[in-house]
Parts: sequence; structure tokens; C-alpha cells
Amino acid sequence: MLNTLTLHEVLEKLGRRECRSADVVQAVLDAICQKDEGLHGYLTVDAETALAQAREADVARESGAKGRLLGVPLAIKDVLNVKGQPCTCGSKILKGYVAPYDATAIARLRAEGAIFLGRTNMDEFAMGSSTENSAYGITRNPWNPEYVPGGSSGGSAAVVAADEAIAALGSDTGGSVRQPASFCGCVGLKPTYGRISRYGLTAYASSLDQIGPITKSVRDAALLLQVMAGQDPADSSSLPSPLPDYAAALKTDLKGVVLGLPREYFVGGLNPDVERCVQEAIDACRRLGAEIVEVSLPHTREAIDTYYIIAPAEASANLSRFDGVRYGFRAAGAEDPIDLYKKTRAQGFGPEVKRRIILGTYVLSSGYYDAFYLRAQKVRTLIRHDFEAAFKSCHAILSPVAPTPAYKIGENSADPLQMYLGDVFTVPVNLAGLCGLSVPCGFSSGSLPIGLQVVGPALGEEAILRIGYAYEQATGWGGRRPGTVQGGRS
Amino acid sequence: MTTYRVTIGLEVHVQLKTKSKMFCACSTDFGAPPNTHVCPVCLGYPGSLPVMNREAIRLNVISGLMLGCRINPYSKFDRKNYFYPDMPKNYQISQYDKPLCLGGGVDIEIEGKARRIGITRIHQEEDVAKNLHYATWSGIDYNRAGVPLMEIVSEPDMETPEEAFAYLQALRQILVYAGVSDCNLEEGNMRCDVNVSIRPEGQKELGTKAEIKNMNTFKGVFNALEYEIARQIEVVEAGGRIIQETRRWDADLGQTFSMRTKEDAHDYRYFPEPDLMPVALSEALIAEWAATLPELPAQRRERFVRDYGLPEYDAKVLAAEKAVGDYFESAARSTSNPKAVSNWVMTDVLRTLSEKSISITEFTIPPDALAELIELTESKVINSNTAREVFALMLTDGGRAKAIVTARGLAQVSDSAAIEKIVDQAIAENAKSVEDFRKGKAAALKFLVGQVMRLSKGKANPQMVSELMERKLSN
Repeated sequence: MLNTLTLHEVLEKLGRRECRSADVVQAVLDAICQKDEGLHGYLTVDAETALAQAREADVARESGAKGRLLGVPLAIKDVLNVKGQPCTCGSKILKGYVAPYDATAIARLRAEGAIFLGRTNMDEFAMGSSTENSAYGITRNPWNPEYVPGGSSGGSAAVVAADEAIAALGSDTGGSVRQPASFCGCVGLKPTYGRISRYGLTAYASSLDQIGPITKSVRDAALLLQVMAGQDPADSSSLPSPLPDYAAALKTDLKGVVLGLPREYFVGGLNPDVERCVQEAIDACRRLGAEIVEVSLPHTREAIDTYYIIAPAEASANLSRFDGVRYGFRAAGAEDPIDLYKKTRAQGFGPEVKRRIILGTYVLSSGYYDAFYLRAQKVRTLIRHDFEAAFKSCHAILSPVAPTPAYKIGENSADPLQMYLGDVFTVPVNLAGLCGLSVPCGFSSGSLPIGLQVVGPALGEEAILRIGYAYEQATGWGGRRPGTVQGGRS
Repeated sequence: MTTYRVTIGLEVHVQLKTKSKMFCACSTDFGAPPNTHVCPVCLGYPGSLPVMNREAIRLNVISGLMLGCRINPYSKFDRKNYFYPDMPKNYQISQYDKPLCLGGGVDIEIEGKARRIGITRIHQEEDVAKNLHYATWSGIDYNRAGVPLMEIVSEPDMETPEEAFAYLQALRQILVYAGVSDCNLEEGNMRCDVNVSIRPEGQKELGTKAEIKNMNTFKGVFNALEYEIARQIEVVEAGGRIIQETRRWDADLGQTFSMRTKEDAHDYRYFPEPDLMPVALSEALIAEWAATLPELPAQRRERFVRDYGLPEYDAKVLAAEKAVGDYFESAARSTSNPKAVSNWVMTDVLRTLSEKSISITEFTIPPDALAELIELTESKVINSNTAREVFALMLTDGGRAKAIVTARGLAQVSDSAAIEKIVDQAIAENAKSVEDFRKGKAAALKFLVGQVMRLSKGKANPQMVSELMERKLSN
């Protein structure tokens, strides 16, 4: 069935005229019809427009049009602006808001013929690790509907895992692409900070955000990265570095590759399933020719605190624009402008967003700025130095993506701090501006996916894609689909 | 009776003359219909990002160089956080601890005495939107949101409203000369906030200061200061204390009113703007910009005296406004007598501008046309009375001086034979005056010359008439 194919398999079939775009889109829509009521991965689907665009793509292909993604449907996290489509960011405060412009990354995909089929669910304003913070209901993990899909890009990961999409986009500020990919058995890539333009990505934390693909294979992630990446004059933080050929970096062995294991990450007390799967992955890499060394990241312990000071601080300013004046939800019955802001934001924002805005406002406030925000930025530099030192002795670092597999819906939502601790392996990568890839590496005893994280230096996407690809090809974990796996080893 | 010393500091906001806004490509043109020069960036839409306008940075640095500042080789932008209807993002991108320029000053002259008023810093930020209030609703026009705004903070060096007024005029003059802004208060190009405190004579420690906002003219600043100083003295004399607060100047009522006190003051929670890279200016780049600095007003005054041989008074009047000086120079270069140009500009041109309430840029006689008129006078084709006539015709009917003189036959008569005829006629018709002159009444000569001018319909060359008349009468 066409919806179960990877992006590359679809492109191949389209290229050989074995199917049409309209067929692919229809297959995806059928799967959505079948499964999404139970999963709730999508917030909106524009079936008619997608089919019309697919038919146009088929015609264009006959006339020789060559777009690298011509007629391929993609699912987009509801935080990225796609002109003419809703962009709620999982929040009531943007209910009814329609994006007036394309994000740069979206424009580049569109230029290659991609079709934006639907908007996926997310934690409100990307703040969360389980998609339980969405104002539009939870998304369920396709592997077990009692469990969370991860977050904040839980919708994108769920629809890819359930073959309700060929591929999807998410955004990653502290792990929001990698962790849901890990919980749902998909591939998730967070590029180097500045590799993909942030113009059109509704900002959560400006110095940490990146757009990332969530896909069924490493090769698919490399292609989407290739199309989206590159400097953008509309984003002053985008890098001028030239783009390599990411596909050319994919090899099936790891000869000459040195992989580092941070001693601080493997201190015991790790969830046994996670430990088992990651250890097996490390062994597999050895068999592929990699050398394994120990490295040290001394400031691992401080990373969560640092992240949960810096991200909310930047978010507290980024979310100030949501005041009901120019767009989005506007509360009724306000007596003056400030009253309007108070009512609109009180009614429009969910509890986790409010929590982080208040936290962020506090750490920036007079008398506390030095002790919290300034100090956190300094520790951030130390974290970055840790990685720079580690990468002197290895090409990439291996770690779990998350300390546990997916947990039950509702299990952590009562204790935000407990939820935050789940980000321990992913936030350092954002803090240091590095690149990180999540690839499936096994299942828990409860048949829930577990992900392996490959972390590379800044602009080290070629290395981590190579490592992820070789591992993926040798082990085949990514080929599994929900409903086919019995617990434990497979 | 206690005398009080006054301390005044001024914060001046100047809109820079760039084509586009500080962080997006929208036009900065004034007067467009509301919300027509807007985009996702200056409207603060989700996902939008600022991009620095390099020309604004250059103009800011040029201003700093013109004002004698040190340019910071490394400066950055910060977010200034507060909620208000004229704020699209509810934070303003500004500069906090690392502004573009530090130090510098402005020379002023009060009653012949020169003083230098120091400048603390100059930084770059973005302007806010404009709130417009109607009977039952208010509207926000975002055309102004994001326009590049340069903030110049003076040292608290001024001590009287006169000094504040002089500082503003001198500052404006320099900025217009620099070409960085039109400094047109009516269009809101230049705005001013005032900080003022008093202390008893002899006390070293400064008194509590009040901040005053909402003065729309330089005179308004002067009046507000006069009022506020008197108010503060009154409070203190009555045994009260000055509260540190922000007050609003009401020009209609002629009073300041309290807006908010220190307790309500904003905590702006400044932090470095993560969406913009720091501004690192190399010495080479600063030197390149320094080499393009336009002349300062004082330099232009000196040059007018030196190169055109003008008296200091003329130089001062002509250099006061850059556009007037430009006009003068353009005309002077096309004539043989710069002083004549100066006279014409200082009197006839400036008077016309005043009568019509227009600026020199709206003046309908271009400099080269004025030069042409003056040259006709210099070469004695017409006399000065005729010249004024022609000037008036050029204003009402348009056209060039030469053409008008030819068309209306206004060229003065310098043919001695023709003049002699009219002189003889005047002598013949005014025997009494001739008698008076021979009796010693010098005024009679003037009268007779006047008669010749009348008979010749003003066209006779007055100098020739005078010489010839004198000769004839002396015979």
C-alpha cells in the first residue's frame, strides 16, 4: 500500500510511473480516515487541495517537471507557517489563525513540488514532551494507544509511524523532534542550529529552535534536510556555510569512525530496556567497523537547569506578541488594552505555557537576571566546550534519546519537573547548537520503540547521517510497523 | 530667598532617513494610508524575524562621528520588554549596555557665551506604532512601527530652559547637515523627553528628577521646563518633596501632570536579542564612513567667510539651515558677486519664504535662475529696481529673468545720447529744482534724478543719470 512506503520508495515509483501522486495522496488520506480518529495525530487535513495539487503534479511530471519532491505529500507540525493553512501552534490563542506567508523551509519544499497535506498536533507552543499539553486534545502512540507519542512534535511522529503520512516536519528546541521519533519508532533529525532557516517557524526559544524532518528512513531525512537547508537572508541566525551532498555521505559501514560514549550518561539507573537496546546498538556499530571510546561531558548534570532557564526566558518574550490585537483569539468584555491582554492570554494560553512564561519572566527580572539568566548562559558555554573537547577524540557521540520508552498518558503530566527530566539527553544538543539524529534501535519489553541518539559537532550532519544509515541498514529496526511486534527482542 | 540650581538632561529620538524600516523592507515614507507599509515582521506575526538595516547603522555612526562620539567597535541589540498597544511584539528591539556610540557633545551659544553640552550615548532602536483615538474607539497605525529610531541621550549638563532650547536647535542643525534625518517635528521625525531636577544653591547632590514627556515642539520643551522648574521650586519651598516620576506636558493647559511614579516603573527585563548578530565595526569601515562626513554647520560658516568673502553675519544666516546654504552656494557658483547673492537670499528670498510659509525646497525660483537675475544686475543690463520687478514676475508668472527682460523691454537704457535727451527734458520741466540745486540744496539733485527715472519709466541707468545730471547742473 502506497502510504506504507518511504519517501524514496514513493519517489522511485513515481519516477517509474508505477503510480501517480494522486494515488499516493489518496492512500494517505484513506489511512487517515481509518486511523486518525483513534490517534488524533492530525489537527486539520485539506484533502481536496492536496488531491488537486497531486493531479497538477502528475500533469507537470508528464511535461518533464523535475521537482525533487514533486507530488509528494508531507505532514507539517502546526507550528510552521504554510500560507493559507491554519497555524494554531496547538493553542487556543491562535484558533482560526491562517498563515499569511510560507516559512522559508516550506517555500523551498514547495519549490520542489511538495504537497502540504495536513497540520499535525503538538504540545502548545512546542512546550512539552508528550503532546499532552495541546489545547486540541492528546495524540496517542500508534504502538500502544494508552501511551504518549512523545512531544512536542508528537503528532508528526505518530502519523509517520502509523503510515498516515509519507514523511513529516517537526521542530526541536530541547528534543521535540528526536524524542517523539524515538517514542514512535521513526527517524528524527535536529540539524545544527542555523542550518535550516527559522523564518516562519513560530518561535519558542530563539537560540535553540530548529526545524527537523521526522521520517521512516535516514535517507528520507537526508533528502528533506538537503532541500530545506542553506542560508536565508530573512533569518540572521542562518549559517552561510555551503551545503554538502548529504546523500553522498550515506555509507553502509563505519570503518574509521570513532564513536564516543559519555561516561556521565551511562552511570547505571538507566531503564533496563533502554540500556539493553542502546548497548546492542553500540555492539552493532562495533561490528560495522566503528571504534568505541569513552568521553566525558562534565556539565551533564547542569544541562536541564540551564535549558529550563534559557528557553522559558526567550519564550516569555517571544510569546508576548499574542495579545489579541492583530490576529488570533481576542477575549470579549475587556475594559482597556491591558485588560484585553490579561483576559486574552489568561483564556488563550494553557497551564504549561503560562508556567514557562512566568518562569522566564522571573529569571529575567531585575535582581534575578544575573543569578539565573546570565549564569545559565555562562554554563551553556561550558556545556558547549564539553562537546568541543569530546569531539577531539571522536566523530560522533552515542546515547539514548530518552531515559525511558514512552510512558502512559497522564503518568507524568501531574508533575512538570518529572517531565522535564526526560529531556536530559536531548537538551544539551540544543544548548550547544549541535546536530542530533534519532534512529530506532529496538523495543521495550512492553513493545514500545526505543531510539538511539547520534550527536555530531556543529555542521556534522554528514557524519551522523552516515552513522545512522549504516546502523539502520544493518539492523532494520526502522522497518517495523505498529501491530507487528511482540515484546522484547524481535 | 533660596536660589536653586537646575539640572536638565534631554533624550532625543530621531527617525533616520532610510528607505526601509529598521528590521524589514517596508517603506518608511510618511503620510501613507494606515497599515499600508506593513509586513509580518513589523506587525509581529508568529514566525517573523528581524533583519538589520545596515544603512541605519551607518547613519547612526555618522551621527555619532558628527557629534564627536567614540564608536563602539562591538555593540549589540537587546529586547526591551513591556506591553502597550503601540508595540507589535510587546518588546522593542533596542540597545541596552553596548550602544553604538559613547560620549561626544554639542556646542551652544547663549548671549554670546559658548558652552559644550555633553552627550552620554547614542543607540539604535525601532519606533513604535501610532495610536489614534476617536470618539468611541482607538486605532493603531503600524506604518511607523519598525522605523529606524536613533536615541541621543545628553549628559545632565543643561541648567536653563534656554540652554535646552539651544541644544535642541544645535543638535537638529547638525543632524540635518549630516543628512541622517529631516528632523521635522511635525512629521514626528524628532521627539524629545526631558529630565529635570532642582537643588538649593550650594548643595552638591542632585535633587530628585522628574521625567517629562509629550512635548511636540522645541518651544514646548522650553515652556514645559519653565513650568516644571517653577512647580518643583514651589513644592520644595512649601516643605514638600519631589517624587521621582514621569509627567506629561499638556500644551493646551500649560502644565505637567503625573503619569506614573517610580513604583509603577517598568522592569524592562533587558536581554540580548537572540535573533540578531552583534554589530562588529572594523576600524577600516568606521574610517571609510568618517571620510564621507558632510560639513558641520560651524565648518560651513567658516568656509562661507573664507571662500566667498562674506561677513560673519551673512555666513551665520545662510548656514543656519542646510538647504538654504545649499541654495546660496549653488547660486553663488554661477555669479561673479557672492555678496550680491547673499543679499538677495537673506532679504528677498527668505522674506518670500516667510510670506508664503514655505521652505526653500518649495521655493519656485531655482538657484541658477536667481543667479541669472543677479548677473543681469551685475552686468548693468537692468538696475536694482527693475531686478526686484523681475523677481516678482518670476514668482507670479514663472519664467527666467533674461526672457522676461527681453519680452517686456525692461533692459535699462545705458545709451548716453538717449539719457541725455531725458536729462535735458527733466531740467527743462523742473526749472525750480535746478534753481534750488544751484542755491545749494543737494536734495534737489536726487529729485531731478528721480524725475529722469520717472520719465524713462525706470529704465534709465541710474548711475549714468546721476553723473550726467550732476555734470549738466554744474555747468
